[in-house]
Amino acid sequence: MNILDKIDYEQMRFDIPEFRAGDTVKVHIRIVEGNKERVQVFQGVVLKRKRGKMNATFTVRKISHGVGVEKTFALHSPRLEKIEVMTLGRVRRSRLYYLRERRGKAARIRERGII
Amino acid sequence: MPKTKGILGRKVGMTRVYDEHGRSIPVTVIEAGPCKILQKKTTAKEGYDAIQVGFLEKKASRLNKPEAGHAKRSGGTGFYHIREFRISDPEAYELGQEITVSEILKIGDTVDISGKSKGHGFQGVMKRHGFAGGKASHGSGFHRAPGSIGCSAWPARVVKGKKLPGHMGDELVTQKNYKIIDIRDEDNVVLVKGPVPGAKNGLLSIYTKA
Repeated sequence: MNILDKIDYEQMRFDIPEFRAGDTVKVHIRIVEGNKERVQVFQGVVLKRKRGKMNATFTVRKISHGVGVEKTFALHSPRLEKIEVMTLGRVRRSRLYYLRERRGKAARIRERGII
Repeated sequence: MPKTKGILGRKVGMTRVYDEHGRSIPVTVIEAGPCKILQKKTTAKEGYDAIQVGFLEKKASRLNKPEAGHAKRSGGTGFYHIREFRISDPEAYELGQEITVSEILKIGDTVDISGKSKGHGFQGVMKRHGFAGGKASHGSGFHRAPGSIGCSAWPARVVKGKKLPGHMGDELVTQKNYKIIDIRDEDNVVLVKGPVPGAKNGLLSIYTKA
């Protein structure tokens, strides 16, 4: 194994569940405020997953108080407490950018079965 | 050339690591050393003080006769890359001695790194010097040209050093104050923060701060 891969594999997290674009996930984020640490939950639809080893990321979108909010997380970040997969979605593409133009009923995603 | 000791390395690539606060740090992975000392240069003999080091061993069958002859004094192994470091005390080292990363660098140090930048070929002024260029459309006939390059009757020539199109890249670039994030002794690898000059597998000189 080359050195670059070795450095990446040492840091990668293997406790992350399998999920893909269209799934609804709950992301538990560790937030440090001053010297206190708390966990914030961000629940939404996975818009995309960017592949890579340490550079892999995923983007979650949710509607908060009528405003669309998207957050991109580094998949192997130590700040992620855990990721919970809530529902599996059946979608026909890997990047769900079309959801940005849709609201409410139009933004529904068909389920792909139960976890 | 900086008058400090240093080590030669090969750029492996970039990745990211996380610090103790969970912040992502972009790092360049450099395979540095071990470097063997091939020759000591002194003021008395060569007119300046330096050590000559070799990096990346070369098979004996690939050495030509002058290379093999030069390598003989330090133990017989030839190297792909041979460079000098100007230091004040070459006598403190021995011929054939190996320099490893952990001997001269430690985590948290800052270093200067030189490498040969990526070649871009013959480029215009917008890419090479960051000129603004003209409008792309709306009837503008002026797109990527350099524009006026001087006055007329006086000085009746183009001033020296005028930024013009030409060959870009493939030159020695030194970037200062890289922070060392990690040293992996067993792999002879050092991780520095941020990008370093040149392409992957390019030779890098890492200079310590005196």
